[in-house]
Order: sequence, then C-alpha cells, then structure tokens
Amino acid sequence: MKWVRGVLPPVVVGVVVLVAWQLTVQIGRIAPFIVPSPLAIWDEMREQKLNIWTAGLASGENALIGLVGGTVVGILAAMLASRWRPLAEVSVPFAAVLNALPIIALAPILNNMFETTSSIPRRLVAGIIVFFPVFINTLRGLREVDPIHRELMTSYAASTWTFARKVRLPGALPFVFTGLRQASSLAVIAAVVAEYFGGLQNGLGSRITSAASFTAYPRAWAFVVGACVLGLVFYLAALLLERLAMPWKSRLIT
Amino acid sequence: MTAVAVDKVTKVFNQGRSDEVVALADVDLVVEDGEFVSLIGPSGCGKSTLLRLIADLIPPTAGTVTVAGQPASTARRKQEYGIAFQQAGLFEWRTVLRNVELPLELRGMSRADRKTRALEMLDLVGLGDFTGHYPAQLSGGMQQRVAIARALAVSPPLLLMDEPFGALDEMTRERLQAELLGICAKTGTSTVFVTHSISEAVFLSKRVVVMSPRPGRITAAIDIDLPSRDDAVRQSEEYFAAVTSVRRALRGGTVPA
Repeated sequence: MKWVRGVLPPVVVGVVVLVAWQLTVQIGRIAPFIVPSPLAIWDEMREQKLNIWTAGLASGENALIGLVGGTVVGILAAMLASRWRPLAEVSVPFAAVLNALPIIALAPILNNMFETTSSIPRRLVAGIIVFFPVFINTLRGLREVDPIHRELMTSYAASTWTFARKVRLPGALPFVFTGLRQASSLAVIAAVVAEYFGGLQNGLGSRITSAASFTAYPRAWAFVVGACVLGLVFYLAALLLERLAMPWKSRLIT
Repeated sequence: MTAVAVDKVTKVFNQGRSDEVVALADVDLVVEDGEFVSLIGPSGCGKSTLLRLIADLIPPTAGTVTVAGQPASTARRKQEYGIAFQQAGLFEWRTVLRNVELPLELRGMSRADRKTRALEMLDLVGLGDFTGHYPAQLSGGMQQRVAIARALAVSPPLLLMDEPFGALDEMTRERLQAELLGICAKTGTSTVFVTHSISEAVFLSKRVVVMSPRPGRITAAIDIDLPSRDDAVRQSEEYFAAVTSVRRALRGGTVPA
C-alpha cells in the first residue's frame, strides 16, 4: 500500500503528460522536426530496438569504463591528498580548474590524438568528468574524522595505515557514494555527447546526430530516450551499490 | 605496584603564544592497584587534560606520567588501559559485536577468540541480545554500555573514563554506575573517572580528587568510606556526609557542615 502510494503519483503524472503531448502534437499539427508525437517515437523505438540496444551497449561500456577508471583514480588521489596536506592544498585548486574546464570541449582534441577506430577518447572524457565529484567528495569524507575515533585509535596504538583502513575509509564511504551518484549520470552524458565530436561512431551519440541529419526526428528521439534510460540505469545501479555497501544506513530506512 | 603515578606534571597549551593556557600546574596523583579514583572539578579545571595525559593522548609539558610501572607511552602501546568518553564514539559502520572486537583485532587476537571475548563482555553489560545491531539502532544508554564493554574487552588493568555517563538520564546513569562498580570489583580493575557530578563521584569512588581551575591543580583528596555500594547507600548518613565534604572542598571550604 505504501509502495503504491509512492509509485502511483509519478506514474499518473507521466501518463497525463504523455497524453497531453500526443494531443498537442496531433491537434496542433506540430511539425515532427519541432516535436514528434510520443506514439511516433514509440513506433521508432520498436522498429529500432536492436539498434538502440547495440548502440546503448557500446555507450554503456564506454561510460562504465570511464566511471570505474575515474572513480578509482579519484579515490586514490583523495587518499594521497588527505595523507599529505601540502598535496591537498595543491590538488584542490587543480581539480577545481579541471572541473571548470568544459571537459566535453576536450573531446575533439582527444579524438584527434587517437585513431578513429579507438574507443579511448570517449572513455577518457567520461573518466575525467567522473574524477572531480568523486575526488572532492572523498577528500572531504577522509578529512572528517570524529575526534573521539582519532583518540580511540591512538589509545589502541593503531598505525597510520590501520587507521586509514579501519576508520578513515569506512567513514568516508557516504561521501564517496555522494560523489559516485553524481558521477554515474555524468559518465553516461559524457560517453554519449563525446561522439558528437567524431571518433568511433557506434554509440547512442552518433545515432542521434545521424538520425537528426537525415531529418528522421522521431528516430533521433528514440535514441535520446535510449540514452535517458541508460543514464537512469547507471544512477539506479549506483544507488543499489550504495545500499549494499552501507548496510548500517539502509537497515535504518527499512 | 601503583596503577598510575603522576609526578609534578605541568601542561601548557599553545606555549609561547598569546593564547597560552596553563591547563595543569605541578600536579601529583597516585592511583593504587584496584583503586577507584574520581577527578572532580568545574569546567576548565584540567580534569580531562589530566586523564588524556595518563592515556598518553597528549604529552606533558613537564613532569612524568607512569602507568603500571612504565612510561605512559609504553603503556599505551601495550594497551595497558581501556578508555571511554562522554560520547560513546562507536564506529557506526560496525555492528555492536564488531565494535567491541576492534581493540582485540588490533591486538592481533584470532577471529574466534575475539568473538568469544566480545560476546562475554557484551553479556557483562547486558547487551548479549544486540550483538548484530548497528550503533544507530541503539539508545544512548545502550551505546554507552557498548563503549564500556569495548573499553573492558582487552581486560586492561586500568580503566580511564571521561564523563562516560554525562549524556545519560538520571535513571540510566544510576543503573550504569552500579553495573560499573560490579564489573570493577569482579575484574579488580583500577579506575580513573572524570566527572562533574558530586553524587556520582561519591557513590563510585574510594577517593575523590578535587581540582580547581586557572591553573588546573589538585586542591583536595577525600577518602570515601561507605558501608556498602548499592542503591540503599545513596540514602545513608555516610553518603550525605561524604557529599557535603566534597562539596565543601569544591567551594573552597565556604559551605557549613
């Protein structure tokens, strides 16, 4: 019952919006290059489902590799930076500059650095975009140690490494996952959009641009829906991982 | 052998700076084996600082601290004491059982042994049914009992406690006081107990050490001789007399008897 009450409102709103959209397009005779109707998009999705699936897999693979790579590097960098204060002082502004840089703008440059058949540029773009939120959040988490925990570990004569492993890292996990949740959607966006700027053309991004350039707008929208679903899958996977990794939090919710 | 010997210890924070604070000046304190000693005094009198010096969490500016016949730093490295603070300070990502196991884990005790030992300690504080819970699922009093079980887990010859019952309600507090006394009597542990509650200090201690601030120093040490240590004693003549003498010492002798 509680479940129904949580799910029902968004579903109802979603259906109402779709129906209103369909009616507006049909009655208002809106040209498909402005907005195609949901039914037209749905027909294209059914027709293109194999293409959406394979392109989604390619983009998903790129996003996943970028996400994992960026996360691992981000966490390791945060661990190093939290260990040596001077390093943190240097690396935080550096990371901020990296973040302010529109990473997507690097895509054409990276595409030219590698062969056109290489998947590396898209994965690099995703990885760099993922790095920042993971790094900053993890660093904050690693620094926020309860003073009592610090004193306790001193009283146990624990080594720096033991302290990091038993207290700092588990204590930082909620922060790591805050970063990872942001990063999961960003990774998909990066992997899809990076294809707009060349490189290997087998993902969702290239399907969207090519469909649009052939004025097949409903088809372009079908791939956009695919990208949307892919982003959602990544986000939900990150949420699930968060709950699995922190049973002491999730057990309070249920 | 003496459990703790503090010899002419001075502690100055921020030495040589404009915000220099003399937290303790020339303090001497001896705790005998198996003795329960309370440190009492107003905020800022240095009682917590003194406890942290004994625990070797901070170094003294001058003087020496000896724990179980060895320098405090050696004693800390050998885990010669257990410690508990006003906040339970449990690790929220570990279950109750694994929290109590942590000091044993760091001592390199085997998995099976430390589980047996931790279960034993949790039974002692009456939490045998909560081993699989996470700290956030427990009440404040229960968390504090876990912290005490953790402090006792390594069977330390010395127990250091910094207002461990300060954040608890009166009823829980009195029950835990009785439990603590029982545990200390059973295990023969020496205890240094920081508090700002006169009744708590009197009920628990063999000796109450009264401190005064600016600079922190010991102004009196009052031996407490009660006929028993159960709830009935809280209503006895001797108890009230002891409370009065501690209160008088705290106020510098201005309270009439």
